[in-house]
Amino acid sequence: MHRIIANQQLAPAVHRLVIEAPLIAKVRKPGQFVIVRLDQGHERIPLTIADGDAAAGTITLVIQAMGHSTKAIVAMPVGGAIRDVAGPLGAPTHLMEKGFAVCVGGGVGTAVVHPIAQALHRAGVRVISIIGGRNRPLVIYHDELSRLGEVRVCTDDGSWGRKGLVTDELKDLCAAERPDIIYAVGPVPMMAAVCATTKPMAIPTVVSLNPVMVDGTGMCGGCRVTVGGQVRFACVDGPEFDGHQVDFGELRSRLGTYKMFESQPCDDGSCKARRAADQITQQQQQ
Amino acid sequence: MPMSPKERMAIQRQAVPAQDALARAANFNEVNLGFTTALAQLEAERCLQCKNAKCITGCPVAVDIPKFIDFVAKGDLKSAAASLMADNCLPAVTGRVCPQESQCEAQCVRGIKGASVAVGALERFVADWARENDAADSACAPATGRKVAVVGSGPGGLTAAGELARLGHAVTVFEAFHTPGGVLVYGIPEFRLPKAIVANEVERLQRLGVKLELNAIVGRLYTIADLRRDFDAVFIAVGAGLPQFMNVPGENLKGVYSANEYLTRVNLMGAWDPSSRTPILKGKRVVVVGGGNVAMDAVRTGKRLGATDAVIAYRRGKEELPARLEEIHHAEEEGIRFELLVAPLKVLGNAEGWVCGIECQRMRLGEPDASGRRKPEPLPGSEFTIDCDLVVSAIGTRANPLLTQTCPDLKLNKWGNIVVDQDLMSSIPGVFAGGDIVRGAATVILAMGDGKTAAKRIDAWLRR
Repeated sequence: MHRIIANQQLAPAVHRLVIEAPLIAKVRKPGQFVIVRLDQGHERIPLTIADGDAAAGTITLVIQAMGHSTKAIVAMPVGGAIRDVAGPLGAPTHLMEKGFAVCVGGGVGTAVVHPIAQALHRAGVRVISIIGGRNRPLVIYHDELSRLGEVRVCTDDGSWGRKGLVTDELKDLCAAERPDIIYAVGPVPMMAAVCATTKPMAIPTVVSLNPVMVDGTGMCGGCRVTVGGQVRFACVDGPEFDGHQVDFGELRSRLGTYKMFESQPCDDGSCKARRAADQITQQQQQ
Repeated sequence: MPMSPKERMAIQRQAVPAQDALARAANFNEVNLGFTTALAQLEAERCLQCKNAKCITGCPVAVDIPKFIDFVAKGDLKSAAASLMADNCLPAVTGRVCPQESQCEAQCVRGIKGASVAVGALERFVADWARENDAADSACAPATGRKVAVVGSGPGGLTAAGELARLGHAVTVFEAFHTPGGVLVYGIPEFRLPKAIVANEVERLQRLGVKLELNAIVGRLYTIADLRRDFDAVFIAVGAGLPQFMNVPGENLKGVYSANEYLTRVNLMGAWDPSSRTPILKGKRVVVVGGGNVAMDAVRTGKRLGATDAVIAYRRGKEELPARLEEIHHAEEEGIRFELLVAPLKVLGNAEGWVCGIECQRMRLGEPDASGRRKPEPLPGSEFTIDCDLVVSAIGTRANPLLTQTCPDLKLNKWGNIVVDQDLMSSIPGVFAGGDIVRGAATVILAMGDGKTAAKRIDAWLRR
């Protein structure tokens, strides 16, 4: 049993949970995730570890309540408990030790970008974060990322920062000063759009993928993605991959496998971002 | 008055009562209902009590088969249970899933002219009786003060844990999933091995003092070096948990599962139960590629989830099907269609990325290959399509590198399996391994045999 120490709502349907997991807190590294099962009969949910405190024996998870099991998790009060937390899973982020990195976060993906930015900052890398959401309330982790370097905000409606997409800001930034590397985590269309932006400039771009997953140990193969023409398992070979090599079309399709089992409003900005990504692809083809 | 051999020889092999084929193809209840006491006693009388019992040599864990069967024949089920459980940690499991026809029953002298004694069905009967009547386990030896870590709670790990606990060692089993049992819970379906039976076997081990640590992924949360520091010996029995895919175009379409994923969703995650929240694609027309026990489990699961057409596509012929004979019979009775001498070429998809068929070609058997089996060769121009909306790849598994890649000192062969010596010790002193991670994908009973052997060798090593 893993006791819930804190449960804070960050944005509509997005919660930050701090839970007891002393063994995981001790060994986890940036980029890794856990699989959480609230109780018997619930699904196994893969969640990236947003932060951790080895001394306190806790890890931080940011959860978007979408399906039955995630809704039940965010509804848990402080003092409640999560039955199963398995991890840390996945390969840790491959970190560079100097230079200039841009961390791009969209929606709940911003929480996944945070530990990467944190580790880069600690290693002495200069970090600029570009984060976005549909509107102001959906933008998360602004203050936490601000402690690590400059943060630029983009919203669809202009209610905070630049009115537009994170890719608009990224394009301008890259034109002004070429980053050594870009880390992008967010909805699939956003990551695809970031990669479509950075590929012509040949700026290395790392994305963190979150496909359908059961065990997280390479046993089921449900999380298979095509990267550079090769089938890879996101749970053990990833979750981070060279974004320029990822087949995002296939990933997006496979993520739709269980759509009929969940009623899921499009509140993660993915529809808009998808249109933008399609637009960029079209422009490139022309 | 004991029966004369002639009287024994006159008794026919008793059939195991089973659920009606039509009814069971629509439910997940156990197919075999098991012997009644009367049937078991009658079947037990068929055993000739050979002095030089060949059946024992056919058993990977060397159960004293004539001994427990003799107790059944005499109606002394308590002694039968004690005798059986002294040799075999998980008799309720092996009685259900062992390929008896190629092991104990293949050696039975009664099989030379006629039918062998139904050893598997008798084993299951005794194990079930013991469970239902709370028959006590043999007591543990006095505590040795030695600690042993067992990695993996599948058949190999559970057997080793039980044997080591009985020898007086303090055992902790590390399991990556949230439920113990390994392939017994995620792989083998409810209709062949009810999960309550596995849970009961695990509880028995816990009563012997075995500790269980769930969600504990060795290779991530702990390394073998960590365990070696905290324990006097380690037994690695993590199985062969890496699915192989067919390596044909269209394999990543929606509606293509590995057997591991399909069966895990249905079994471990409970999708067989309509009230479960685990999503599962229920194909109307299901094609399972492969011919082993896992393929049979997957195709019969597809049938039970409502498929009107459930097909096995296997590249060799019926004689070569590696599955247990009983599973093949049961599958046929349940209306499973067998496309034999057929290999997949391509999974076909519709515009939305969903599977809509599988293109195959016919094969014929050529000369024997390295495995000694006749090699399937394609028949040119024989391509054809099977319409389907679900494809399950059940063509085998390989060693999962999750644990071994974080333990560079562990010597592996070219397939990634752990190399062990005749005592099942790996290249690291005090670290033993067995089951599929050593053998490659094999069977439950061979893993159990390794677990039993490893326990003896570990015990000897600890007392050296």
